[in-house]
Amino acid sequence: MVERSKIRVVIAKPGLDGHDRGAKVVARALRDAGFEVIYTGIRQTPEQIVETVIQEDAAVLGLSILSGAHMVLIPKVLRLLEERGLRINEDVVVFAGGIIPPDDAEELKKMGVAEVFGPGTPLSKVIEFIDESVKRLKRFREAS
Amino acid sequence: MIDELIERMLRGDKKATARLITLVENDEEKAREIVKKIYRYTGNAYIVGITGPPGSGKSTLLDKLIKQARDEGLIVGVIAIDPTSPFTGGALLGDRIRMQRHSTDPGVFIRSMATRGSLGGLAKATNDAIKVLDAYGCDVIFVETVGVGQVEIDIVKTADTVVLVTVPGLGDDIQAIKAGLMEIADIFVINKADKEGADATFFELSMMLDLEKEKWEKRGWRPPIIETVAVTMKGIRELWEAMKEHRKFLKESGEIERKKRFRAEEEIRTIVSGSVAKKIGERLRDEELSKLIDKIVERKIDPYSAAEVVLEKTLGVKI
Repeated sequence: MVERSKIRVVIAKPGLDGHDRGAKVVARALRDAGFEVIYTGIRQTPEQIVETVIQEDAAVLGLSILSGAHMVLIPKVLRLLEERGLRINEDVVVFAGGIIPPDDAEELKKMGVAEVFGPGTPLSKVIEFIDESVKRLKRFREAS
Repeated sequence: MIDELIERMLRGDKKATARLITLVENDEEKAREIVKKIYRYTGNAYIVGITGPPGSGKSTLLDKLIKQARDEGLIVGVIAIDPTSPFTGGALLGDRIRMQRHSTDPGVFIRSMATRGSLGGLAKATNDAIKVLDAYGCDVIFVETVGVGQVEIDIVKTADTVVLVTVPGLGDDIQAIKAGLMEIADIFVINKADKEGADATFFELSMMLDLEKEKWEKRGWRPPIIETVAVTMKGIRELWEAMKEHRKFLKESGEIERKKRFRAEEEIRTIVSGSVAKKIGERLRDEELSKLIDKIVERKIDPYSAAEVVLEKTLGVKI
């Protein structure tokens, strides 16, 4: 397993909704599990989020959206990541959380989102997901 | 791989710069290699330390200072440090929140860093990360320490200018004359100066500084006390000017040379003692150590004598 304190996770809230309880609970749980978590705060543009991932050299990006705008904002984040030369699931793993209907979740996964977590997801599931999904990243393949 | 990253960093690639910082943080061997290769590109940045207690407004002040520096066309680097949990090894780094408006500015590079066990207010890799940002081309690098109390003063070994941020109502005048943190400031900031008690804090700090009038006269720099309200921009311009004034003083008085020598000495000492400790760790077998521990617990040998045995066996040194 990759050492958790060497896995940097950005937790970001794109868009205009200010409901950050979920993002904070996840950030805190990941901290307690031993990850280094960078929290961006609310009302972030996709551009700000992508630049944060770059400057922080994060391996994982978690997006929390409860506004209903996920089919606009998440694809935009994915596109900007690729445009800035970060390959999804090779340089960075992206997961989402919030109120996202199953059909949309399926579509987001097709676009490259590794997992979508709905309300009531046990935090242990998010932690397990990160442990597993970072193994495929180039940086950790090289290290091991 | 490292050569390629360095080449890209020197061309201004943020991704490569970010990865180099990760490497100096995670891997001692690579840190060594990287610093050896980039050292000749460093030495140009002005390094400002922002320190003070948790919640005093360091990140918010920093957000405004970035703006001042950008208005003058300077390339800005930020290293913002938050604590690692001593229990889980995890960290929640939240200083960025206040500065996010600058994250898309091509002339700003913000990096959050966790202390990973260091207790002096900085992380072990902070100095190496500063060198990376310096080589990358930052004109000014702000280092925000963790929220500190009284003795976390490593920043004084790192920064050209130390800004100590305090807020009204943290204690009486005795707090202001205690040793430690209060002694390292080049500039004092009383943030949230619209709160009750700001005048009293100003008065107490002034009194403290008055006690050492001769020292300031001899040195040629008396730390100014600046009242700010970061959220409304009050006092920010004045603070930025004071920093520039201090930088000028450092150059004209030659104090900057003294600081550079002091910093170099500290770095050599830290690297040497770290390497020696590591060598001992590698050469000391667990069962040997465990036997010595048994003897200490049984009172057959004292800890000093045990340490002497360890040093002789691992390094062949007698003390």
